Amino acid sequence: MTQTIGIVVFPGSNCDRDVRWALEGCLGLPSRFLWHEERDLSGIAAVVLPGGFSYGDYLRCGAIARFAPVLEAVRDFALQGGPVLGICNGFQVLTEMGLLPGALVRNSGLHFLCEPAELSVSPGSCQWLRDYSTGERISLPIAHGEGRYQIDAEDLRRLEDEGSIVLRYASNPNGSRGDVAGLCNRRGNVLGLMPHPERACDPATGGLDGRRLLAAALS
Amino acid sequence: MPLFRARVQVSLRPSVLDPAGEATRAAASRLGVSGVQRLRIGKAIEVDLEAPDQATAQAQLELLSDRLLANPVIEDWHLDLNEAG
Repeated sequence: MTQTIGIVVFPGSNCDRDVRWALEGCLGLPSRFLWHEERDLSGIAAVVLPGGFSYGDYLRCGAIARFAPVLEAVRDFALQGGPVLGICNGFQVLTEMGLLPGALVRNSGLHFLCEPAELSVSPGSCQWLRDYSTGERISLPIAHGEGRYQIDAEDLRRLEDEGSIVLRYASNPNGSRGDVAGLCNRRGNVLGLMPHPERACDPATGGLDGRRLLAAALS
Repeated sequence: MPLFRARVQVSLRPSVLDPAGEATRAAASRLGVSGVQRLRIGKAIEVDLEAPDQATAQAQLELLSDRLLANPVIEDWHLDLNEAG
């Protein structure tokens, strides 16, 4: 069976089609939508949780999505080492699920931010970032109202020691602790980030710096 | 089965910046109320729950508060439980 990339669709997701366009249109990689009530991940080589406002972001961003049937399957997939990428709302979902530590709360300046963000990359063992070099500067678009990374000081130090903070803002736009823009688990297969790599796969929409990240979905 | 009425107060942990609370505090002084030293915004969630007894209701509401209504990474919660009349 051909290996394909699963894109989870929650009610309220709005970047699911952008991710598909980037994967298929820009990179020529096969993908399939995974409806939030599905449980069957057979043939899926990697899972993307896209941006948007899953379940209206009711209660907290990602809080209701955590209980979606598809995420039970995604959790097992991730725990078995399957590559999982959470973009923006997808990152919020990964923290609510406990697959990544911390939480994402209201931007310190209260405004919804929609602008390019300069990032510094520290790939470490993160398989999604294997084609970037340590210290590389890239630019990816951000578009969020609740992207301020929050974690207590002790856990932040641990993440720094473990090399889990793989993407940092060059000039922190939202007040994130530790300038965190993206986090990877120690195993290297689960990456969550607030910026949108799928919007940086074509020169017409915001540069090409996201291409290598999405291309890593299929090795 | 008895009906229990609960009120769950969810507040941001003290270490978490509350920019919306700060903006509201600034608006309070523009209204002419100048003495506001602290203003934090949280949520109050009202729940009516059927349960066989008070202890079960308490346990279920604690689970609900801890696992769904609040995120312990950023929020504290307080539960007030009464038997509904």
